[in-house]
Amino acid sequence: MTRRSFLKSSALAGGGLMLSFTWLSAFTPAGREKEMAPGGQWVEINGYVKITPDNVIKILNPNPEFGQNVMTSLPMMIAEELDVDWQKIVVEMGPHDNAKLGPQFTGGSNSMRMYWKPLREAGAAVRQMLRTAAAQAWAVPVEEVTTKAGMLHHAKSRKSATYGSFASQAASLPVPKGMKLKAPKDFTVVSRSKKNVEGQKIVSGKPLFGIDYQQPGMLIAMAEHPPGFGMKLKSFDATEALKMPGIKDVFRQQLYAEGFEQGGFDTRSFNELLVVVGNTTWQVMQARKKLKVQWEPAGDTKDTMGGGRGPKREVVVPGELESTDAQLRNMKDYAAKPAQQLRRDGDPETAFKNAATVIERTCHGPFLAHNCMEPMNFFAHVTDEKALLVGPLQAPGWTEPTLAKVLNLPADKIEIQMTRMGGGFGRRAYGHYLTEAALISRKVKAPVKLVYTREDDMTYGIYRPMYTATYRAALDANKDLIAFHVKGGGIPEHPIHANRFPAGAVDNYLAEGWEIPSNITIGAFRAPRSNFNAAAEQSFLDELAEAMGKDPIELRLELLKRAKENPVGKNNDYDADRYAGILKLVRDKSGWNQPENKKYSRGVAAYFCHNSYAAHVVDMVMRDGQPYVERVFSAIDCGIVINPDAATNMVQGAVVDGIGNAFYGGLTLKNGAVEQTNFYNYRLIRMHEAPQKIDVHFVQNDIDPTGLGEPPFPPVFGAVANALYKAAGKRFYQQPFGPQLNTPTAL
Amino acid sequence: MLNLTINKKAYQVDVDPETPLLWVLRDTLGLVGTKYGCGVAQCGACTVHLNGEAVRSCVTKVSRAVGQKVVTIEGLAEKADHPVQKAWLELDVAQCGYCQSGQIMSAAVLLRENKNPTDADIDAAMAGNICRCGTYLRIREAIRLAATSQRKAGNG
Ligand code: FES
Ligand code: FES
Repeated sequence: MTRRSFLKSSALAGGGLMLSFTWLSAFTPAGREKEMAPGGQWVEINGYVKITPDNVIKILNPNPEFGQNVMTSLPMMIAEELDVDWQKIVVEMGPHDNAKLGPQFTGGSNSMRMYWKPLREAGAAVRQMLRTAAAQAWAVPVEEVTTKAGMLHHAKSRKSATYGSFASQAASLPVPKGMKLKAPKDFTVVSRSKKNVEGQKIVSGKPLFGIDYQQPGMLIAMAEHPPGFGMKLKSFDATEALKMPGIKDVFRQQLYAEGFEQGGFDTRSFNELLVVVGNTTWQVMQARKKLKVQWEPAGDTKDTMGGGRGPKREVVVPGELESTDAQLRNMKDYAAKPAQQLRRDGDPETAFKNAATVIERTCHGPFLAHNCMEPMNFFAHVTDEKALLVGPLQAPGWTEPTLAKVLNLPADKIEIQMTRMGGGFGRRAYGHYLTEAALISRKVKAPVKLVYTREDDMTYGIYRPMYTATYRAALDANKDLIAFHVKGGGIPEHPIHANRFPAGAVDNYLAEGWEIPSNITIGAFRAPRSNFNAAAEQSFLDELAEAMGKDPIELRLELLKRAKENPVGKNNDYDADRYAGILKLVRDKSGWNQPENKKYSRGVAAYFCHNSYAAHVVDMVMRDGQPYVERVFSAIDCGIVINPDAATNMVQGAVVDGIGNAFYGGLTLKNGAVEQTNFYNYRLIRMHEAPQKIDVHFVQNDIDPTGLGEPPFPPVFGAVANALYKAAGKRFYQQPFGPQLNTPTAL
Repeated sequence: MLNLTINKKAYQVDVDPETPLLWVLRDTLGLVGTKYGCGVAQCGACTVHLNGEAVRSCVTKVSRAVGQKVVTIEGLAEKADHPVQKAWLELDVAQCGYCQSGQIMSAAVLLRENKNPTDADIDAAMAGNICRCGTYLRIREAIRLAATSQRKAGNG
């Protein structure tokens, strides 16, 4: 039996086969298939809400889901104003349609913030349209038409009807603008924990993810990329590979044509790949082993930048085959040179000259790989006329224009369907793998799913940059802080946020940055700069507190008081009250000063990024001779919390992620080649290393939501570093900490 | 042609017997609930039951499964209401959800063999399953909850 005839027969036998129709029904909540089935029955009221005549109400989620629970939390905002029974609604991932559904960008802790107003307005508008339709039909004033859980009522005439019965009429009405929205005290959906709308599908293994997508006749593609940064394809011999069963084609695939103007998220590590296409994943994997490939140093190359990233310009990408040792030496050299001034207050040089004590410390952080659990992949079916793309992507609105240019197709002929993502962390904002899939499909004239192996994924990265920073503090004879200096650098970007705390709290302040050009591709990584800063700076503040004879929380609060009452300089981009608020909350909740907690090696850190504030107290113990974070207390101010239980889950996850990265995360290079290739040499935190308890507390306020994906992550590093200092009796300046703890003299 | 029994159903597949069970499940049979994470028995995303044992299907040749009983996440419970699945929902464990089929399959074997696992038992049994989103605390709690409900139901 051929594979195709097998597919057919087992489909007839109903053999659990994933054809495109079952793919669609994967979006159907269990038991609701019948309601969903009749196509064309849905009446679209606006882009976000569809209702059937028999009153099934569907809310479309605009933003791609990668585990931060937008698929539940964003529809909650609509439901709040729409007035529907949350238990009965159907939630579906919306199509890519920026005109109807807004920016549709998942990243930068932006989803809640960006959609907070538009989604509630959309819900309120639909409700108003339904009321208007009912009022017209019943010939009563619209003000007298009330709603409750998907029903319309007119008390005086005792008329009632479902939303569904007026859906068509409502859809023909103009969309009202400027709707008055509920005050937080009147919320009935928002700020009430709601279960993940896809929970049932997740625990039953439904095909939710891009890598799960299949179509009849679909081929599998994989790509060999150069074995190191700075390398390129020289030649190949595919004779043996092509003889392998199921293999269709082997070819070179270029991504961007020369001079292609890269914007937004067009970063790619290698512009030419060696592609193998075949019937099944395993066949392609086997054929790859038979390829005879020659790679060569690429030398210096040029990238054309522009489109959304400043004016059109040429950038030289250095050809050097980099190694971690050389990078560290190089960073040391750069750190000693003059750097770009990013902010200056007062006269830091004089203050340092006159200081009674100067404390200086340098911290390092390595490249970090995202290691999303689902490796990069995308489905593409591209013909001369149109393109269908299905898969995991954070920024469809950025990728679509790129695709239109690369494929030379009008944007309206490109359909991008966004699947649930097996993690993102910033990695899937860079849609090169989607463009690769599209070009491969066009070349082989067939629907194709491009899949990266774990090794491909780890060694073809858009990594968190490699960073270093030197902090200096000047104390006068009274041990008061009179000057603060940070000079940070990175490959290829520096990490410094010059206007963040403690800027604004110290009279004499200097922030500087320097950068070393590199061919190693870097990008978003759960607040890449912040997560390094929050480690280095928060660890330094701890040392400073010790030198000043102060409690670390008290020192921070004093500085914040200064920043609030008598701020130094302009553009301090944090709110000192909210910052102090999380420190006080974590102090109280963790029993910071309670004697019974003295048995723990405790570390505290707080940080502001992506518009929200987070503080953690980490309680470390020694377990089997190794430091172990047993408990964590977290205090978060992200404004109104949309879905408290899901938000708690995300903070707990960020804490675990932070502990894992602080102890184990790190990528090294040798002659351009990434030395870690899979989870046996890139260590991720595992169950037994996760804390027993992570106690999460949110500041209760009515501030519009300010985001949560990134903010809880960065300060974990600092809190771990500070606890480790207590546990080990010495301070560690090089991330990750784990490898240094395994030497006999470390502890 | 290989004869397989997966989730109590008989299948015939025409694949190289060396093919890992994972890819037969995913590519050939469309049972994509079993996930690929590493391909080298490091992450547990591909965990299935082979004659009741938790195995990493990415390193299990399909030939080893011939004539044996394979259970995947799709067949763990007919109505997807295994105590472990219910506990996972009750505590809303998942973030991205990608690792969770593997976590659930590992946890189900643990609970069959150990009705009342300690935290140390849980940590040891689950150490082979990575969750990149860091849902470990909820996984532990869900396993404890499933253990309790299993014992209460008297089938434990
Ligand atoms: S995919 Fe099998 S253990 Fe990772
Ligand atoms: S929930 Fe995302 S990897 Fe576990």
